[in-house]
Amino acid sequence: MSFATLKRQERRLGSPEGQMVVLDDSDSICLPSFSSKLEAIGLYPLLPMRIDTLQINVGKMCNQVCKHCHVDAGPDRKEIMTRETMQLCLDAIQESSIETIDLTGGAPEMNPDFRWFVEELSQLGKEIIVRCNLTIILANPKYSDLPAFYKKHNIHVVSSLPYFSAKRTDAQRGDGVFEKSIKALEILNTIGYGKQGTNLKLDLVYNPSGAFLPGNQADLELEFKKKLKDGYSIEFDNLLALTNLPVSRYLEYLINSGNYEEYMSELVSAFNLSAAASVMCRNMISVGWNGYLYDCDFNQMLELKVQGANHISEFDLNQLANREIVLNQHCFGCTAGTGSSCGGSLSD
Amino acid sequence: MKSTYYNREDLKKFGDISKFQKKLGDKFFDYYNSVFEEGALTSREKSLIALAVSHAVQCPYCIDSYTSSCLSKGVDEEQMMEAVHVTAAIQSGASLVHGVQMMDQVNEKLM
Ligand code: SF4
Ligand code: SF4
Repeated sequence: MSFATLKRQERRLGSPEGQMVVLDDSDSICLPSFSSKLEAIGLYPLLPMRIDTLQINVGKMCNQVCKHCHVDAGPDRKEIMTRETMQLCLDAIQESSIETIDLTGGAPEMNPDFRWFVEELSQLGKEIIVRCNLTIILANPKYSDLPAFYKKHNIHVVSSLPYFSAKRTDAQRGDGVFEKSIKALEILNTIGYGKQGTNLKLDLVYNPSGAFLPGNQADLELEFKKKLKDGYSIEFDNLLALTNLPVSRYLEYLINSGNYEEYMSELVSAFNLSAAASVMCRNMISVGWNGYLYDCDFNQMLELKVQGANHISEFDLNQLANREIVLNQHCFGCTAGTGSSCGGSLSD
Repeated sequence: MKSTYYNREDLKKFGDISKFQKKLGDKFFDYYNSVFEEGALTSREKSLIALAVSHAVQCPYCIDSYTSSCLSKGVDEEQMMEAVHVTAAIQSGASLVHGVQMMDQVNEKLM
């Protein structure tokens, strides 16, 4: 497993432009365009509904280099949100009807201003989600108090665990990640996260460790709950089943493993009308490490900025509510099967 | 003329069988889809059974299809291989149990 990101290795797919060349060429693999699919069901142009979530990517630095990462995150990424940009986010949130703040990365905790930001955010009385990769808690003694810090600020912790066995988890996320993740989950459970009767929410994210779509979220949740409870005495609240989108390292994996065409046609043939109507970009805005605004974290990685005023310093929810969402072929990942979003499946 | 009997691409065209006989094709796909719905057995259990049967009928399309289906449903490698061993055990058992017929015949023929 390589520990260098695509960007560091100066790979073609390490740049948004390189990825767009591949995604834009859908004719050669005989696929319809995503917008034509939406047009056929009267959903094009795709417009926002009620925007209630701000997902903030505080930086691309991460202690892991997962094979499927759409951020191309890793220890060598230096893009980190500054405290000034965080302050702009706080100003924007304060003056808006945003209800949920979803902090992501990289490993968001590696941003030196992460704790300051969470403390400021928690004074605004919004729901705060932190996408914690679990291993960060054990990566360095300076992170060992994170569970207590989350608890103090009533953070909703959402953590990736692609499978309930070491083999498949480590194949995707790196050697030893499963064991460390289990240890981190034990610590979170011990202080009350994921336990019945506490308000400390711990959700796990499942995403396939390969070129296939996730199955039914409720069935997978039952299986995960049973295996983690029986094998490791681990408890959690909900399992969010996510589809891997053909972006960045997952796109590179699909191409290198010869699965790209088949995966894309699988996404297209699994197009689901009701999932299309509820894709997450209709309810959220994504903020990049440098303050630029995007329709979602995937568009952020492809450098597809929102239409109109596109920086947090000029955040205007009314204007954003009237924009057209920027779409491309990777969007088929959100509408396949039961649909996929940062909150899991979109339909039953 | 195709150079091989089996083509990966043909799996995607499975639905086309209705083009030559729509009524029966439609009935078959209705039935097929109903069989794999959640019932007294979970759809996960049905995928594992289908994987085992795919190996018994040795259909490469079914094997690909139900391997993907099992992966999607969170079935692990060990469980999938155990399902294939069930196929193998039944198939070898079915051969061997006929050994009794052979033995009976031998016993009838020999002094
Ligand atoms: S998937 Fe998450 S944990 Fe893995 S490299 Fe990307 S940001 Fe880090
Ligand atoms: S990839 Fe982003 S823009 Fe495209 S449908 Fe999904 S959430 Fe919307």
